[in-house]
Amino acid sequence: MREMPLIDRDKCQGCGLCVSVCACGALVLVDNAVKAVDVDECRWCTLCELVCPNGAISCPFEIIIEDDRA
Amino acid sequence: MTVQVESLKSVPYFSGLSESVLSSIGKHVFEKKVERGEILILEGEPAEVLYFVVAGVVKVFKTSADGKEQIFHIIRPGESFNDVPVLSGGVNLVSAGAMGAVVLNGIKKKDLENVIKEYPQVSLNIIQVLSRRVQELVALVEDFSFRHVTGRVAKILLEYAGDGTGERPRLTQQEMAAMIGTAREMVGRSLKSLEGEGAIRMERNRIIITNQKALREIAGII
Repeated sequence: MREMPLIDRDKCQGCGLCVSVCACGALVLVDNAVKAVDVDECRWCTLCELVCPNGAISCPFEIIIEDDRA
Repeated sequence: MTVQVESLKSVPYFSGLSESVLSSIGKHVFEKKVERGEILILEGEPAEVLYFVVAGVVKVFKTSADGKEQIFHIIRPGESFNDVPVLSGGVNLVSAGAMGAVVLNGIKKKDLENVIKEYPQVSLNIIQVLSRRVQELVALVEDFSFRHVTGRVAKILLEYAGDGTGERPRLTQQEMAAMIGTAREMVGRSLKSLEGEGAIRMERNRIIITNQKALREIAGII
């Protein structure tokens, strides 16, 4: 399963702003909390992280030096 | 269509007003629904309407000469945009677009002026809102040496880059912004700039350093 945005359930207030801006359907609201669904279309735009007022969703980046890639 | 009083209560402009006053003001406020991608205001056009977001998210942005869009601010429910040009009688300073389905309340410039004349409390509320806006802008100006922020982002990437052994460290843009002491939006712009200069490549959830030497130069590390 590919990596999807990380959701902190303790911080998520279920406002749904991230769901409203997600263009690829990777986020759904279930029982007043957001859940990430593995979809091929998620291109890590990070808009969900940008709009969350509670810092409940994060899109971490690996930082690697190209020489290290096998 | 006049709006519900409930949706006006959460708007800072109308804070502390009674139900009857809100009901009276509500007659001048209209509701607007837009879909993802729809442009609400265009930079440079006359500022006719002040908008408040009721549901959804609006991005406030400018478009550079080479067509690149740079987000300056995210407007969430309860917040307003286009205040300054509407109140000062100028043109839109920025453009604004819907990031998903959005519901807005809007009030025309002329109607807003009448509301302000009739209800002095609204003036005091507006002063508070604009004062906070000035504080935010002062903080942005402090950060406005764009190159300086990009250099600091470059430095962080070099510090946190995996050395190929063991677990590779991961950072969010929010974390980078907190470490640098800047806004998250500035980090996004810096990453785009670094990619444009060929120092890094963005691949979904990876930042690949493609030119360490160039990145060190940008970071000011000899």
